Amino acid sequence: MKAILGKKIGMTQVFDENGLIVPVTVVEAGPCIVVRRRTKSKDGYEAVQVGYALIREKLLNKPEKGQFRPKKGDANQPNLPNLRYLREFRVDESNTLKRGDEIRVEMFEAGEKVDVTAISKGKGFQGTMKRHRFGGGPRSHGSMTHRQPCSGGGTDPARVFVGTRKPGHMGDVQVTQLGLRVVKVDAEKNLILIRGAIPGPNNRLVTVRAAVKSGKK
Amino acid sequence: MKLINELEKTQMTRTDLPSFGPGDTVKAWLKVIEGGKERLQAFEGVCVARKNSGLKECFTLRKISNGVGVERTILLHSPRLGSLEVTRRGDVRQARLFYLRDKVGKKAKIKEKRLPTKA
Repeated sequence: MKAILGKKIGMTQVFDENGLIVPVTVVEAGPCIVVRRRTKSKDGYEAVQVGYALIREKLLNKPEKGQFRPKKGDANQPNLPNLRYLREFRVDESNTLKRGDEIRVEMFEAGEKVDVTAISKGKGFQGTMKRHRFGGGPRSHGSMTHRQPCSGGGTDPARVFVGTRKPGHMGDVQVTQLGLRVVKVDAEKNLILIRGAIPGPNNRLVTVRAAVKSGKK
Repeated sequence: MKLINELEKTQMTRTDLPSFGPGDTVKAWLKVIEGGKERLQAFEGVCVARKNSGLKECFTLRKISNGVGVERTILLHSPRLGSLEVTRRGDVRQARLFYLRDKVGKKAKIKEKRLPTKA
């Protein structure tokens, strides 16, 4: 399993070996802790539950805290720190990760391609020009339809079809950016520098995983 | 933000450059890669602007090359910048000397700064 949880720090630029500027997004990733191993026999699917970001105990409720304490009557289970986020990653049956294992940024290396998932920035209620890239109407010459959505469809069906693009809430949805290149990995500071932009505002939880598509080299 | 500042600081390695400002005539030695070989090429011109701060700090040099005005913006911390020399100190009032673009000949001249001589 090659995936890690992290926090988007922000964007900056670095110089590459040719002295050219590379725009990068800085992600503080990990260290993540494996909280639970889902198995086919017990849960019906194979996955690893991973936790990220330390949190004060006060901010968790009892069921949440219980995830990090050893199971009653099983003293072998390690006691884990309180963590803010829990996410699951699907793995093969052969995966040997177990509760208490640490996942760190070292598994990524510069030059490799990754996919980054995050909840995008919320844009609120937006019109069709911004939300669906409509062209809008003429801006002058007596036109009174500047940013209006225009026709909602023909008159024959006497209704608007489901799925017609309309104004509405934009952003704040899960977005995955595929095939981004890792520029640098700083294992000491738990940082990954990813070329280009990634979804979401700064400080948002992001998931970085190995690219699903190999793409052009 | 703190992390980004730290990261940018690690790249800001240029402490060898002399201080200069708008109006100064500066000779910048730039690394040019040609056919796998690296050499230094000079670009001498009047500094017409200093922009940004930190890692993104840059300056613009203007010169008249074969009768054509040429401006080049160079990142201060770029590894492609070999070295810098200030050849002439200019006496100007503005921080940005973009008015030079509309001036030709004698009007585009910049007064030399008269530095106080030590008594």
